[in-house]
Amino acid sequence: MNLEQLLSLDYPLTRLVIGLLCIFAFVGLNGLVLVWVERKVAGHCQLRPGPLHVGPHGLLQPLVDAVKLIGKQLVAPFGSDKALFWLAPLLAFAPVTVCMLPLPWGPDMAMIPMNTGLVLILAFSGLGVLSLILAGWGSNNKWGLLGAARSVAQSVAYEVPLLLSVMAVAITAGSLDLFQISAQQGGWPWQWYGVKNPLAFFIFLVCAVAETNRAPFDLPEAESELTAGFHTEYSGMGFGLFFLAEYANMIIVSGVAAALFLGGWQGPFLPGVWWFLVKIYCILFFIIWLRWTYPRVRFDQLLNLSWKWLTPLALLDLALAVIVAGFGG
Amino acid sequence: MQAFDPTALRGDLASARFEPGPTDDKLILSMGPQHPSTHGVLRIMLELDGEYILRAEPVLGYIHRMHEWMAEQKTYMQFMPNMGRVDYLHAMAWNWAYAGAVERLMGVEVPKRAEYIRVAVTELNRISSHLLWWGAYLLDLGAFTPIMYAFDDREIILDILQAVTGSRLTYSYFTIGGVYGDVPADFASRCLAFTRHLRSRLPMYRDLVTDNVILRGRCEDIGVMDVELARRYGATGPCIRGSGAPVDTRRAEPYGVYNRFDFRIPAYTEGDAMARYMVRMDELVTSCDIIDQAVQGLPEGPIQAKVGKTVKPPKGEACYAVEGARGKIIIHVRSDGGPKPYRVKLRAPGFSNLSVFCDLARGTLLADAVSILGSLDLVIPEIDR
Amino acid sequence: MSVSQLIEEAYTGLKSLVIGLGVTGKALTQPGVTVLYPMEEVERDNLVTYRGHVELIGKDEDPAVPRCVACGACVKACPSNCITILCPVAAKEGEEAGPVKMGPAPQKGSKTPGEFIVDFSLCSLCGQCAKTCPVDSLQFSDNPYMVSFDRKDFRIDLLARLRRMARDEAVAGE
Repeated sequence: MNLEQLLSLDYPLTRLVIGLLCIFAFVGLNGLVLVWVERKVAGHCQLRPGPLHVGPHGLLQPLVDAVKLIGKQLVAPFGSDKALFWLAPLLAFAPVTVCMLPLPWGPDMAMIPMNTGLVLILAFSGLGVLSLILAGWGSNNKWGLLGAARSVAQSVAYEVPLLLSVMAVAITAGSLDLFQISAQQGGWPWQWYGVKNPLAFFIFLVCAVAETNRAPFDLPEAESELTAGFHTEYSGMGFGLFFLAEYANMIIVSGVAAALFLGGWQGPFLPGVWWFLVKIYCILFFIIWLRWTYPRVRFDQLLNLSWKWLTPLALLDLALAVIVAGFGG
Repeated sequence: MQAFDPTALRGDLASARFEPGPTDDKLILSMGPQHPSTHGVLRIMLELDGEYILRAEPVLGYIHRMHEWMAEQKTYMQFMPNMGRVDYLHAMAWNWAYAGAVERLMGVEVPKRAEYIRVAVTELNRISSHLLWWGAYLLDLGAFTPIMYAFDDREIILDILQAVTGSRLTYSYFTIGGVYGDVPADFASRCLAFTRHLRSRLPMYRDLVTDNVILRGRCEDIGVMDVELARRYGATGPCIRGSGAPVDTRRAEPYGVYNRFDFRIPAYTEGDAMARYMVRMDELVTSCDIIDQAVQGLPEGPIQAKVGKTVKPPKGEACYAVEGARGKIIIHVRSDGGPKPYRVKLRAPGFSNLSVFCDLARGTLLADAVSILGSLDLVIPEIDR
Repeated sequence: MSVSQLIEEAYTGLKSLVIGLGVTGKALTQPGVTVLYPMEEVERDNLVTYRGHVELIGKDEDPAVPRCVACGACVKACPSNCITILCPVAAKEGEEAGPVKMGPAPQKGSKTPGEFIVDFSLCSLCGQCAKTCPVDSLQFSDNPYMVSFDRKDFRIDLLARLRRMARDEAVAGE
């Protein structure tokens, strides 16, 4: 193997390293941008300007906040399991990087193209909850423990309808490859699976909000009930990593939603990657908008919504998709 | 120096009663005194089974400022500024209760103009208190935006009251036998403009919050307090009106000139958090009605009755009840003929309302406890005094 | 519960959620209502009604000299003991006239305050002092911006303040 071969993008290891580097850069940058967007949307929803003073329209405010977080002392509480306590924020961030790999950014843009990308994302996104449990358990805090317990039940409950709604699309498309699923839709809204199968899209969106622990389903952190839930005891970058992982998770679910339901990179006039970004940010904006509008649901209501409404509806939708696919194919 | 051993901590007097036994697997949780939804420095000891509350007990005393003792050390007028600090959200009602008690003791007749001004500012203050409660309650339930809308409207009230009293929160506007200063010339028109504005905002409040299915899920059938329970604990104000008893001091024992106004006492029979919520939302309209009538009928005349330079009530005692935003405020003053009160007793409605919490919270979820706590509309400085 | 009821419930629930989104969405497009403080200020007629710390009122003929007669009524009326008035103590008979000693008002033979200090960090802005003043020499200032790093700065010398304001006014009048 010569050097030229090693540096070529076709070599898997090189591709992986470069891909991971790109992901870290993208997640870091997007985390900052999303924090700014979140605070701006919150501000304007509440008739105030949001961050304004650092940089043009406060654009550099998240950067300054990040510097502040990095500069803070890392404190582990008494009686905490130090290993688990510090493992948790790292573990929250790890699956994010893997889940980013198969996202179809453009017709020929992916870190690692694979024919089972959807399975990989679903498998690794389930890992995120492990970090919340470890954080809650390891910090030896009662609020953290309650938050961890909530996060387990919540993620188990919402994984089911999420999978079912994704299955419906996968069966319609006949593929588990995000590229193929995107490619089978057109550039115009009426060609999208989100319009052809709005029920699956709706269920996916609700589950995505719940899976990423965003309001109105932000029960594991629920600051007015559990002070800060699983990350009560985290300071500095320990908290910062959880924060970043939350935004990265939002990007992933929005990316999957854009690929599955909104035609992926396809669209008129613009090159693919821009369309993909626009679609991701539209969904992100919607998720942020939800957060600044609704109160938080209660825990049993959250589970009821999943088991009594979303799961049966998703099953129904899956059955319909199978029938349509069976007759169509 | 001995090493710090966290396992040696035994807790304080309040938590000692919650210490679990060797085989007890209940979770003992101290909620507060620094907790986002205990509104200040209330502490609640909870015994949890999972997230279900088996036992809840409020622990008070973290902001006890000895107001009653301070009253005994100051002259009658010097105690007045304290009233704005007891319940900082409805300072006017406390002002009124104290001024009223001393006036009753001295037999002072308050001029009509002062009475009307008192009604107008107290009702404005009541609206501002309810608006703040509305926003803070929704913060407890996890909605961040409503409090900003509520503050937007509340700001107008604060501007009006600032023009009248000079302060924005802890008013000390009442004097024995009148009010501190006259209202500005545009007071009536500003009040009328505000009530018109608030009425036009209420549909938005309803759309954003009251009709919201998530909020209804969090409030309906939560913390049901039947009227007998409320009566046993002495709960007053919106809490008992939400349980179906239209008890309102403004109607039951009219003080000032309240018997001249025509207003409705809202009452709901459900007794849950939603009923208490609805009572307060309806009271916004009730207060608007009273303000309209008060500023339109504002008579001319003096604003201060003739009271000597040093207030020296004769020997005796008097009691005065006022309907505050949180319930019935009673102030009992006893005089020994000197320049300082012999004893002042403050009856804070929040204390009785909080006492119901132990009964309401039993068997509910932790999230419901937060919702119930919010629906009782507690102001901790008032409870601790 | 029948299926139609369930569907109706879900429909009203979803409708309320969409209406809620509409309310915040509308606010998103509206301009903000906040006053961005260092760049903007609230209107002047809102500031003038604000009660700042108390200040002395000058005599009509000489605005640099207060109306105050150093009777000490305000000191007695204040609930938080934040006013200090010092007057020269009249020398007792038989004593030598040494350096002027200052004592708390009222002092015999002294009709003007030698020093008038308000400790704003204790003041609760109740206005009892202005109400009791027999010669209407006290009023609230309209100074909402009291900011300092040092607690000592809140001990305000009102006589110096009155002289300063009178001088400023005289300069402005020219």
